[in-house]
Amino acid sequence: MMGLLREMLSYPFLVRAFLGGTFISLCASLLGVSLVLKRYSMIGDGLSHVSFGALSIAVAFGWAPLAVSLPVVGAAAVLLLGLTGNGKLRSDAAIAMISAGSLAVGILVTSLTTGMTTDVSSYMFGSILAMNRQEVFLGAGLSAVVLGLFVFCYNRVFAVTFDESFAKATGVNVRLYNTLLAVLTAVTIVLGMRMMGAMLISSLVIFPALTSMRLFKSFKSVVVSAGVVSVVCFWIGLMLSYAYSVPAGASVVLVNLAGFVCFWGIERLRGCGCFIFCLWGG
Amino acid sequence: MNEPLLKCEHVDFGYENYDVVRDVTMEIVCGDYLCIVGANGSGKSTLMKGLLGLLKPTGGTITFSEELKRAGIGYLPQQTPAQRDFPATVREVVLSGCLGRLGLRPFYSQREWTLAKTNMEKLGILALKDACYRELSGGQKQRVLIARALCATDSLLVLDEPITGLDPETTQDFYHVIRHLNRAEGVAVLMVTHDIHNVISQAKKVLHLNQTVLYYGPAEAYRDTACGREFLGGEE
Repeated sequence: MMGLLREMLSYPFLVRAFLGGTFISLCASLLGVSLVLKRYSMIGDGLSHVSFGALSIAVAFGWAPLAVSLPVVGAAAVLLLGLTGNGKLRSDAAIAMISAGSLAVGILVTSLTTGMTTDVSSYMFGSILAMNRQEVFLGAGLSAVVLGLFVFCYNRVFAVTFDESFAKATGVNVRLYNTLLAVLTAVTIVLGMRMMGAMLISSLVIFPALTSMRLFKSFKSVVVSAGVVSVVCFWIGLMLSYAYSVPAGASVVLVNLAGFVCFWGIERLRGCGCFIFCLWGG
Repeated sequence: MNEPLLKCEHVDFGYENYDVVRDVTMEIVCGDYLCIVGANGSGKSTLMKGLLGLLKPTGGTITFSEELKRAGIGYLPQQTPAQRDFPATVREVVLSGCLGRLGLRPFYSQREWTLAKTNMEKLGILALKDACYRELSGGQKQRVLIARALCATDSLLVLDEPITGLDPETTQDFYHVIRHLNRAEGVAVLMVTHDIHNVISQAKKVLHLNQTVLYYGPAEAYRDTACGREFLGGEE
Protein backbone atom coordinates (compact mmCIF):
# COMPACT_ATOMS: atom_id res chain seq x y z
CA MET A 1 0.00 0.00 0.00
CA MET A 2 2.85 2.40 0.82
CA GLY A 3 4.46 1.33 -2.47
CA LEU A 4 1.29 2.21 -4.32
CA LEU A 5 1.15 5.57 -2.60
CA ARG A 6 4.82 6.29 -3.43
CA GLU A 7 4.24 5.37 -7.04
CA MET A 8 1.18 7.62 -7.23
CA LEU A 9 2.95 10.60 -5.70
CA SER A 10 5.68 10.43 -8.33
CA TYR A 11 3.22 11.85 -10.85
CA PRO A 12 2.80 15.62 -10.45
CA PHE A 13 -0.85 15.53 -11.60
CA LEU A 14 -1.69 12.98 -8.90
CA VAL A 15 0.02 15.09 -6.25
CA ARG A 16 -2.19 17.96 -7.35
CA ALA A 17 -5.26 15.72 -7.28
CA PHE A 18 -4.34 14.51 -3.78
CA LEU A 19 -3.79 18.00 -2.39
CA GLY A 20 -6.72 19.65 -4.15
CA GLY A 21 -9.07 16.80 -3.33
CA THR A 22 -8.07 16.81 0.33
CA PHE A 23 -8.79 20.54 0.64
CA ILE A 24 -12.13 20.22 -1.12
CA SER A 25 -13.26 17.16 0.85
CA LEU A 26 -12.42 18.95 4.07
CA CYS A 27 -14.36 22.11 3.15
CA ALA A 28 -17.31 20.20 1.72
CA SER A 29 -17.67 18.03 4.83
CA LEU A 30 -17.48 20.91 7.33
CA LEU A 31 -19.95 23.07 5.40
CA GLY A 32 -22.00 19.93 4.84
CA VAL A 33 -22.62 19.43 8.57
CA SER A 34 -24.27 22.82 8.77
CA LEU A 35 -26.16 22.40 5.47
CA VAL A 36 -27.50 18.93 6.28
CA LEU A 37 -28.66 20.00 9.74
CA LYS A 38 -30.35 23.09 8.34
CA ARG A 39 -32.21 20.82 5.87
CA TYR A 40 -30.38 22.17 2.83
CA SER A 41 -28.92 18.83 1.74
CA MET A 42 -30.09 19.28 -1.83
CA ILE A 43 -28.36 22.60 -2.27
CA GLY A 44 -25.05 20.96 -3.24
CA ASP A 45 -26.80 19.01 -5.96
CA GLY A 46 -28.55 22.11 -7.28
CA LEU A 47 -25.39 24.16 -7.30
CA SER A 48 -23.39 21.52 -9.15
CA HIS A 49 -25.95 21.57 -11.96
CA VAL A 50 -25.80 25.34 -12.09
CA SER A 51 -22.03 25.02 -12.22
CA PHE A 52 -22.34 22.57 -15.12
CA GLY A 53 -24.50 25.05 -17.04
CA ALA A 54 -22.06 27.89 -16.41
CA LEU A 55 -19.07 25.74 -17.43
CA SER A 56 -20.66 24.65 -20.72
CA ILE A 57 -21.33 28.27 -21.61
CA ALA A 58 -17.75 29.18 -20.72
CA VAL A 59 -16.36 26.33 -22.85
CA ALA A 60 -18.64 27.21 -25.79
CA PHE A 61 -17.48 30.82 -25.84
CA GLY A 62 -13.88 30.03 -24.95
CA TRP A 63 -13.96 31.93 -21.64
CA ALA A 64 -12.00 30.94 -18.54
CA PRO A 65 -14.21 28.32 -16.79
CA LEU A 66 -13.53 29.40 -13.19
CA ALA A 67 -14.02 33.10 -13.87
CA VAL A 68 -17.49 32.43 -15.28
CA SER A 69 -18.78 29.75 -12.96
CA LEU A 70 -17.63 31.17 -9.60
CA PRO A 71 -19.80 34.33 -9.71
CA VAL A 72 -22.77 32.53 -11.32
CA VAL A 73 -22.82 29.68 -8.80
CA GLY A 74 -22.18 32.11 -5.94
CA ALA A 75 -25.21 34.13 -6.97
CA ALA A 76 -27.32 30.98 -7.30
CA ALA A 77 -26.28 29.86 -3.80
CA VAL A 78 -27.24 33.18 -2.22
CA LEU A 79 -30.53 33.12 -4.11
CA LEU A 80 -31.36 29.55 -3.04
CA LEU A 81 -30.56 30.11 0.64
CA GLY A 82 -32.42 33.42 0.52
CA LEU A 83 -35.55 31.83 -0.95
CA THR A 84 -36.04 29.70 2.13
CA GLY A 85 -36.10 32.88 4.20
CA ASN A 86 -39.24 34.46 2.76
CA GLY A 87 -41.17 31.25 2.23
CA LYS A 88 -43.00 32.31 -0.94
CA LEU A 89 -41.45 29.46 -2.93
CA ARG A 90 -40.63 26.17 -1.23
CA SER A 91 -36.89 25.71 -1.31
CA ASP A 92 -36.88 22.06 -2.42
CA ALA A 93 -39.03 22.97 -5.41
CA ALA A 94 -36.84 25.99 -6.16
CA ILE A 95 -33.69 23.87 -6.10
CA ALA A 96 -35.21 21.24 -8.40
CA MET A 97 -36.33 23.93 -10.81
CA ILE A 98 -33.02 25.78 -10.92
CA SER A 99 -30.93 22.62 -11.24
CA ALA A 100 -32.98 21.14 -14.09
CA GLY A 101 -33.10 24.54 -15.78
CA SER A 102 -29.36 25.07 -15.75
CA LEU A 103 -28.67 21.49 -16.78
CA ALA A 104 -30.93 22.05 -19.80
CA VAL A 105 -29.13 25.31 -20.66
CA GLY A 106 -25.79 23.49 -20.42
CA ILE A 107 -26.87 20.64 -22.70
CA LEU A 108 -28.46 22.98 -25.25
CA VAL A 109 -25.46 25.30 -25.45
CA THR A 110 -23.10 22.34 -25.73
CA SER A 111 -25.00 20.60 -28.51
CA LEU A 112 -25.38 23.84 -30.50
CA THR A 113 -21.68 24.67 -30.32
CA THR A 114 -18.93 22.18 -29.59
CA GLY A 115 -20.94 18.99 -29.18
CA MET A 116 -20.19 16.51 -26.40
CA THR A 117 -16.43 16.90 -26.21
CA THR A 118 -14.21 15.22 -23.63
CA ASP A 119 -14.18 18.56 -21.80
CA VAL A 120 -17.92 18.54 -21.24
CA SER A 121 -17.97 14.84 -20.39
CA SER A 122 -15.28 15.38 -17.77
CA TYR A 123 -17.43 18.07 -16.13
CA MET A 124 -20.29 15.59 -15.93
CA PHE A 125 -18.37 12.66 -14.49
CA GLY A 126 -15.12 14.19 -13.29
CA SER A 127 -11.53 13.73 -14.27
CA ILE A 128 -8.50 13.07 -12.14
CA LEU A 129 -6.46 15.21 -14.53
CA ALA A 130 -8.60 18.29 -14.00
CA MET A 131 -6.78 19.86 -11.04
CA ASN A 132 -4.34 22.53 -12.12
CA ARG A 133 -1.89 24.44 -9.94
CA GLN A 134 -4.14 27.49 -9.64
CA GLU A 135 -7.06 25.39 -8.39
CA VAL A 136 -4.91 23.70 -5.76
CA PHE A 137 -3.92 27.12 -4.41
CA LEU A 138 -7.55 28.26 -4.49
CA GLY A 139 -8.47 25.07 -2.61
CA ALA A 140 -5.83 25.78 0.03
CA GLY A 141 -7.14 29.33 0.47
CA LEU A 142 -10.71 28.08 0.71
CA SER A 143 -9.76 25.52 3.36
CA ALA A 144 -8.05 28.23 5.38
CA VAL A 145 -11.20 30.36 5.31
CA VAL A 146 -13.55 27.46 6.14
CA LEU A 147 -11.33 26.18 8.95
CA GLY A 148 -11.00 29.71 10.30
CA LEU A 149 -14.79 30.07 10.27
CA PHE A 150 -15.32 26.75 12.06
CA VAL A 151 -12.61 27.40 14.68
CA PHE A 152 -12.99 31.08 15.52
CA CYS A 153 -16.72 31.46 14.91
CA TYR A 154 -17.55 27.94 16.08
CA ASN A 155 -20.06 29.05 18.71
CA ARG A 156 -21.85 31.35 16.30
CA VAL A 157 -21.95 28.67 13.61
CA PHE A 158 -23.48 26.31 16.16
CA ALA A 159 -26.10 28.86 17.23
CA VAL A 160 -27.09 29.71 13.65
CA THR A 161 -27.30 26.02 12.71
CA PHE A 162 -29.24 24.95 15.77
CA ASP A 163 -31.72 27.77 16.14
CA GLU A 164 -31.82 30.77 13.81
CA SER A 165 -34.56 32.60 15.70
CA PHE A 166 -32.71 32.41 19.00
CA ALA A 167 -29.43 33.46 17.39
CA LYS A 168 -31.20 36.45 15.82
CA ALA A 169 -32.70 37.47 19.15
CA THR A 170 -29.27 37.37 20.83
CA GLY A 171 -27.91 39.70 18.19
CA VAL A 172 -26.06 37.36 15.81
CA ASN A 173 -26.08 38.51 12.20
CA VAL A 174 -27.80 35.40 10.86
CA ARG A 175 -28.07 36.69 7.31
CA LEU A 176 -24.31 37.29 7.15
CA TYR A 177 -23.56 33.73 8.27
CA ASN A 178 -26.06 32.23 5.83
CA THR A 179 -24.59 34.22 2.95
CA LEU A 180 -21.07 33.21 3.96
CA LEU A 181 -22.17 29.58 4.12
CA ALA A 182 -23.76 29.85 0.67
CA VAL A 183 -20.76 31.50 -0.98
CA LEU A 184 -18.23 29.09 0.56
CA THR A 185 -20.37 26.13 -0.54
CA ALA A 186 -20.53 27.55 -4.06
CA VAL A 187 -16.73 27.90 -4.27
CA THR A 188 -16.25 24.37 -2.92
CA ILE A 189 -18.64 22.91 -5.50
CA VAL A 190 -17.12 24.79 -8.43
CA LEU A 191 -13.60 23.72 -7.46
CA GLY A 192 -14.58 20.15 -6.69
CA MET A 193 -16.81 19.32 -9.63
CA ARG A 194 -13.94 19.28 -12.16
CA MET A 195 -12.48 16.31 -10.37
CA MET A 196 -15.57 14.67 -8.86
CA GLY A 197 -18.00 15.49 -11.66
CA ALA A 198 -21.18 17.55 -11.56
CA MET A 199 -23.29 14.46 -10.92
CA LEU A 200 -21.28 13.32 -7.90
CA ILE A 201 -19.85 16.36 -6.09
CA SER A 202 -22.89 16.85 -3.84
CA SER A 203 -22.12 13.53 -2.14
CA LEU A 204 -19.01 15.10 -0.60
CA VAL A 205 -21.30 17.60 1.13
CA ILE A 206 -23.87 15.11 2.39
CA PHE A 207 -22.15 11.79 3.12
CA PRO A 208 -19.57 12.74 5.79
CA ALA A 209 -22.16 14.62 7.87
CA LEU A 210 -24.71 11.80 7.70
CA THR A 211 -22.04 9.17 8.42
CA SER A 212 -20.78 11.03 11.49
CA MET A 213 -24.28 11.65 12.81
CA ARG A 214 -24.75 7.86 13.09
CA LEU A 215 -22.21 7.57 15.89
CA PHE A 216 -21.55 10.97 17.45
CA LYS A 217 -23.81 12.84 19.78
CA SER A 218 -22.28 16.28 20.14
CA PHE A 219 -22.01 18.93 17.47
CA LYS A 220 -18.28 19.33 18.01
CA SER A 221 -17.55 15.61 17.58
CA VAL A 222 -19.79 15.43 14.49
CA VAL A 223 -17.89 18.32 12.87
CA VAL A 224 -14.46 16.84 13.65
CA SER A 225 -15.49 13.34 12.61
CA ALA A 226 -17.03 14.58 9.35
CA GLY A 227 -13.76 16.27 8.40
CA VAL A 228 -11.69 13.17 9.19
CA VAL A 229 -14.10 10.71 7.53
CA SER A 230 -14.29 12.83 4.40
CA VAL A 231 -10.51 13.17 3.96
CA VAL A 232 -9.83 9.49 4.70
CA CYS A 233 -12.56 8.36 2.29
CA PHE A 234 -11.15 10.63 -0.38
CA TRP A 235 -7.63 9.19 0.01
CA ILE A 236 -8.86 5.59 -0.14
CA GLY A 237 -11.11 6.42 -3.10
CA LEU A 238 -8.29 8.05 -5.04
CA MET A 239 -5.93 5.13 -4.42
CA LEU A 240 -8.58 2.65 -5.55
CA SER A 241 -9.24 4.78 -8.60
CA TYR A 242 -5.52 4.66 -9.51
CA ALA A 243 -5.05 0.97 -8.70
CA TYR A 244 -8.07 -0.23 -10.71
CA SER A 245 -8.19 2.57 -13.33
CA VAL A 246 -11.76 3.60 -12.44
CA PRO A 247 -13.14 7.19 -12.42
CA ALA A 248 -12.01 9.00 -9.25
CA GLY A 249 -15.34 10.65 -8.49
CA ALA A 250 -17.31 7.41 -8.54
CA SER A 251 -14.80 5.50 -6.43
CA VAL A 252 -14.67 8.29 -3.79
CA VAL A 253 -18.47 8.27 -3.59
CA LEU A 254 -18.58 4.48 -3.20
CA VAL A 255 -15.96 4.59 -0.42
CA ASN A 256 -18.09 7.25 1.30
CA LEU A 257 -21.10 4.97 0.96
CA ALA A 258 -19.12 2.10 2.46
CA GLY A 259 -18.10 4.39 5.33
CA PHE A 260 -21.73 5.25 5.94
CA VAL A 261 -22.76 1.59 5.99
CA CYS A 262 -19.93 0.81 8.45
CA PHE A 263 -20.94 3.58 10.85
CA TRP A 264 -24.59 2.63 10.54
CA GLY A 265 -23.70 -1.01 11.25
CA ILE A 266 -21.75 -0.02 14.35
CA GLU A 267 -24.71 2.09 15.50
CA ARG A 268 -27.06 -0.89 15.10
CA LEU A 269 -24.60 -3.29 16.76
CA ARG A 270 -24.24 -0.91 19.66
CA GLY A 271 -28.03 -0.79 20.00
CA CYS A 272 -28.21 -4.60 19.94
CA GLY A 273 -25.28 -4.78 22.34
CA CYS A 274 -27.12 -2.62 24.83
CA PHE A 275 -30.23 -4.74 24.41
CA ILE A 276 -28.36 -8.01 25.04
CA PHE A 277 -26.56 -6.39 27.95
CA CYS A 278 -29.91 -5.36 29.43
CA LEU A 279 -31.28 -8.91 28.95
CA TRP A 280 -28.27 -10.32 30.78
CA GLY A 281 -28.65 -7.76 33.54
CA GLY A 282 -32.40 -8.39 33.81
CA MET B 1 -36.23 48.36 40.79
CA ASN B 2 -39.53 49.72 39.52
CA GLU B 3 -38.18 50.93 36.22
CA PRO B 4 -39.96 48.84 33.58
CA LEU B 5 -37.88 46.25 31.70
CA LEU B 6 -39.79 46.94 28.55
CA LYS B 7 -42.23 49.69 27.72
CA CYS B 8 -44.35 50.18 24.61
CA GLU B 9 -46.16 53.45 23.96
CA HIS B 10 -48.70 53.48 21.10
CA VAL B 11 -46.53 51.11 19.07
CA ASP B 12 -47.44 49.88 15.58
CA PHE B 13 -45.77 46.94 13.84
CA GLY B 14 -46.17 45.84 10.27
CA TYR B 15 -44.71 45.03 6.91
CA GLU B 16 -44.59 47.35 3.89
CA ASN B 17 -47.35 49.93 4.37
CA TYR B 18 -49.56 47.49 6.20
CA ASP B 19 -49.72 47.55 9.98
CA VAL B 20 -50.47 44.13 11.45
CA VAL B 21 -50.55 45.41 15.01
CA ARG B 22 -51.73 48.89 15.91
CA ASP B 23 -51.46 51.11 18.94
CA VAL B 24 -50.10 48.77 21.60
CA THR B 25 -49.37 50.32 24.95
CA MET B 26 -48.00 48.03 27.65
CA GLU B 27 -45.10 47.54 30.00
CA ILE B 28 -43.30 44.72 31.76
CA VAL B 29 -41.74 45.29 35.15
CA CYS B 30 -39.49 43.00 37.19
CA GLY B 31 -41.29 39.85 38.30
CA ASP B 32 -44.20 40.36 35.92
CA TYR B 33 -46.10 37.45 34.32
CA LEU B 34 -47.84 38.63 31.17
CA CYS B 35 -49.74 36.46 28.72
CA ILE B 36 -50.51 37.58 25.21
CA VAL B 37 -53.59 35.80 23.85
CA GLY B 38 -55.57 36.13 20.65
CA ALA B 39 -56.91 34.18 17.71
CA ASN B 40 -54.69 32.99 14.85
CA GLY B 41 -53.70 35.89 12.66
CA SER B 42 -54.34 38.45 15.39
CA GLY B 43 -50.76 39.70 15.24
CA LYS B 44 -49.35 37.87 18.28
CA SER B 45 -46.23 36.67 16.48
CA THR B 46 -45.68 40.05 14.88
CA LEU B 47 -45.90 41.76 18.25
CA MET B 48 -43.47 39.25 19.70
CA LYS B 49 -40.97 39.77 16.88
CA GLY B 50 -41.20 43.48 17.53
CA LEU B 51 -40.63 43.08 21.27
CA LEU B 52 -37.57 40.93 20.53
CA GLY B 53 -36.17 43.69 18.35
CA LEU B 54 -36.37 41.62 15.15
CA LEU B 55 -38.86 44.05 13.62
CA LYS B 56 -38.68 47.85 13.73
CA PRO B 57 -41.86 49.61 14.95
CA THR B 58 -43.57 51.65 12.25
CA GLY B 59 -44.93 54.03 14.86
CA GLY B 60 -44.71 54.81 18.58
CA THR B 61 -41.77 54.05 20.86
CA ILE B 62 -40.37 50.98 22.62
CA THR B 63 -37.98 51.48 25.50
CA PHE B 64 -35.77 48.70 26.81
CA SER B 65 -34.12 48.85 30.24
CA GLU B 66 -30.34 49.13 30.41
CA GLU B 67 -30.05 45.52 31.50
CA LEU B 68 -31.98 44.15 28.53
CA LYS B 69 -29.96 46.29 26.16
CA ARG B 70 -26.78 44.82 27.57
CA ALA B 71 -27.68 41.15 27.83
CA GLY B 72 -30.48 40.69 25.32
CA ILE B 73 -33.76 38.88 25.92
CA GLY B 74 -34.10 35.28 27.03
CA TYR B 75 -36.08 33.90 24.13
CA LEU B 76 -37.69 30.49 23.84
CA PRO B 77 -38.71 30.11 20.19
CA GLN B 78 -40.99 27.39 18.87
CA GLN B 79 -39.06 24.23 18.16
CA THR B 80 -38.26 23.57 14.53
CA PRO B 81 -38.45 20.12 12.89
CA ALA B 82 -34.70 20.31 12.16
CA GLN B 83 -33.94 20.32 15.90
CA ARG B 84 -35.57 16.95 16.48
CA ASP B 85 -32.57 14.97 15.27
CA PHE B 86 -29.88 17.52 15.95
CA PRO B 87 -26.65 16.01 17.28
CA ALA B 88 -25.74 18.28 20.18
CA THR B 89 -25.22 17.72 23.87
CA VAL B 90 -27.37 19.50 26.44
CA ARG B 91 -24.27 21.37 27.55
CA GLU B 92 -23.63 22.71 24.04
CA VAL B 93 -27.20 23.90 23.66
CA VAL B 94 -27.32 25.62 27.07
CA LEU B 95 -23.93 27.26 26.54
CA SER B 96 -25.13 28.73 23.25
CA GLY B 97 -27.40 30.98 25.34
CA CYS B 98 -24.27 32.83 26.47
CA LEU B 99 -23.59 33.91 22.90
CA GLY B 100 -24.68 37.48 23.55
CA ARG B 101 -22.07 37.76 26.31
CA LEU B 102 -19.18 36.83 24.03
CA GLY B 103 -18.74 40.18 22.35
CA LEU B 104 -15.76 39.79 20.07
CA ARG B 105 -14.21 36.85 21.94
CA PRO B 106 -14.24 33.61 19.94
CA PHE B 107 -14.59 31.13 22.83
CA TYR B 108 -16.52 30.73 26.08
CA SER B 109 -14.61 31.18 29.32
CA GLN B 110 -15.01 29.61 32.76
CA ARG B 111 -17.52 32.34 33.64
CA GLU B 112 -19.98 31.31 30.91
CA TRP B 113 -19.57 27.65 31.79
CA THR B 114 -20.37 28.41 35.45
CA LEU B 115 -23.45 30.36 34.38
CA ALA B 116 -24.62 27.48 32.19
CA LYS B 117 -24.07 25.05 35.05
CA THR B 118 -26.05 27.21 37.49
CA ASN B 119 -28.96 27.38 35.08
CA MET B 120 -28.89 23.65 34.37
CA GLU B 121 -28.99 23.08 38.12
CA LYS B 122 -31.92 25.48 38.48
CA LEU B 123 -33.91 23.43 35.97
CA GLY B 124 -32.79 20.06 37.26
CA ILE B 125 -31.02 18.94 34.10
CA LEU B 126 -27.40 19.03 35.29
CA ALA B 127 -27.29 15.23 35.31
CA LEU B 128 -28.21 15.26 31.62
CA LYS B 129 -25.43 17.63 30.60
CA ASP B 130 -23.66 15.11 28.36
CA ALA B 131 -26.86 13.57 27.02
CA CYS B 132 -27.78 14.07 23.39
CA TYR B 133 -30.47 16.69 22.81
CA ARG B 134 -32.31 14.55 20.23
CA GLU B 135 -32.72 11.69 22.70
CA LEU B 136 -34.50 13.79 25.35
CA SER B 137 -38.24 13.81 25.97
CA GLY B 138 -40.33 16.81 24.98
CA GLY B 139 -40.41 18.15 28.52
CA GLN B 140 -36.67 17.75 29.01
CA LYS B 141 -35.99 19.53 25.72
CA GLN B 142 -38.14 22.41 26.90
CA ARG B 143 -36.15 22.64 30.15
CA VAL B 144 -32.91 22.72 28.17
CA LEU B 145 -34.22 25.59 26.06
CA ILE B 146 -35.34 27.50 29.18
CA ALA B 147 -31.88 27.06 30.68
CA ARG B 148 -30.42 28.40 27.45
CA ALA B 149 -32.73 31.43 27.55
CA LEU B 150 -31.77 32.09 31.19
CA CYS B 151 -28.11 32.16 30.13
CA ALA B 152 -28.89 35.18 27.98
CA THR B 153 -30.69 37.02 30.78
CA ASP B 154 -32.37 36.18 34.03
CA SER B 155 -34.62 39.22 34.06
CA LEU B 156 -37.04 38.55 31.18
CA LEU B 157 -38.08 35.28 29.56
CA VAL B 158 -40.07 35.45 26.31
CA LEU B 159 -41.92 32.25 25.41
CA ASP B 160 -43.53 31.63 22.02
CA GLU B 161 -46.38 29.09 22.30
CA PRO B 162 -44.20 26.93 24.55
CA ILE B 163 -46.58 24.03 25.14
CA THR B 164 -47.12 23.11 21.48
CA GLY B 165 -46.65 19.35 21.20
CA LEU B 166 -46.37 18.63 24.94
CA ASP B 167 -48.66 16.07 26.57
CA PRO B 168 -50.97 17.22 29.40
CA GLU B 169 -48.70 16.00 32.20
CA THR B 170 -45.59 17.61 30.72
CA THR B 171 -47.59 20.78 30.16
CA GLN B 172 -48.46 20.99 33.88
CA ASP B 173 -44.83 20.33 34.73
CA PHE B 174 -43.76 23.06 32.34
CA TYR B 175 -46.13 25.61 33.93
CA HIS B 176 -44.82 24.60 37.32
CA VAL B 177 -41.25 25.34 36.25
CA ILE B 178 -42.22 28.73 34.81
CA ARG B 179 -44.22 29.64 37.93
CA HIS B 180 -41.30 28.68 40.12
CA LEU B 181 -38.88 30.81 38.09
CA ASN B 182 -41.32 33.69 38.22
CA ARG B 183 -42.14 33.53 41.96
CA ALA B 184 -38.86 32.32 43.47
CA GLU B 185 -36.26 33.72 41.10
CA GLY B 186 -38.13 36.89 40.14
CA VAL B 187 -37.85 36.24 36.40
CA ALA B 188 -40.34 38.30 34.42
CA VAL B 189 -42.29 36.15 31.97
CA LEU B 190 -43.93 37.11 28.71
CA MET B 191 -45.81 34.24 27.10
CA VAL B 192 -47.67 34.04 23.82
CA THR B 193 -50.14 31.18 24.08
CA HIS B 194 -53.40 29.59 23.01
CA ASP B 195 -53.74 27.71 26.25
CA ILE B 196 -55.74 30.38 28.05
CA HIS B 197 -57.42 28.06 30.59
CA ASN B 198 -54.20 26.96 32.24
CA VAL B 199 -52.57 30.31 32.04
CA ILE B 200 -55.34 32.48 33.47
CA SER B 201 -54.83 31.03 36.93
CA GLN B 202 -51.16 31.89 37.13
CA ALA B 203 -50.58 34.95 34.95
CA LYS B 204 -50.60 38.34 36.61
CA LYS B 205 -51.60 40.26 33.51
CA VAL B 206 -53.30 39.42 30.25
CA LEU B 207 -53.11 41.21 26.92
CA HIS B 208 -55.80 40.19 24.43
CA LEU B 209 -54.78 41.13 20.94
CA ASN B 210 -56.78 41.35 17.74
CA GLN B 211 -54.86 43.72 15.50
CA THR B 212 -55.15 46.16 18.36
CA VAL B 213 -55.36 45.72 22.13
CA LEU B 214 -58.83 44.51 23.20
CA TYR B 215 -57.90 44.01 26.83
CA TYR B 216 -54.83 44.79 28.85
CA GLY B 217 -54.94 44.44 32.60
CA PRO B 218 -54.95 42.07 35.58
CA ALA B 219 -55.72 38.43 34.88
CA GLU B 220 -58.61 38.22 37.40
CA ALA B 221 -60.54 41.04 35.77
CA TYR B 222 -60.12 39.46 32.32
CA ARG B 223 -62.73 36.81 33.11
CA ASP B 224 -65.39 39.48 33.44
CA THR B 225 -64.81 41.25 30.14
CA ALA B 226 -66.69 40.46 26.93
CA CYS B 227 -63.63 39.26 25.03
CA GLY B 228 -62.44 37.25 28.02
CA ARG B 229 -65.76 35.43 28.36
CA GLU B 230 -65.77 34.67 24.67
CA PHE B 231 -62.25 33.28 24.79
CA LEU B 232 -62.65 31.29 27.98
CA GLY B 233 -65.86 29.77 26.72
CA GLY B 234 -69.20 29.23 28.39
CA GLU B 235 -68.22 28.75 32.00
CA GLU B 236 -71.15 30.58 33.44
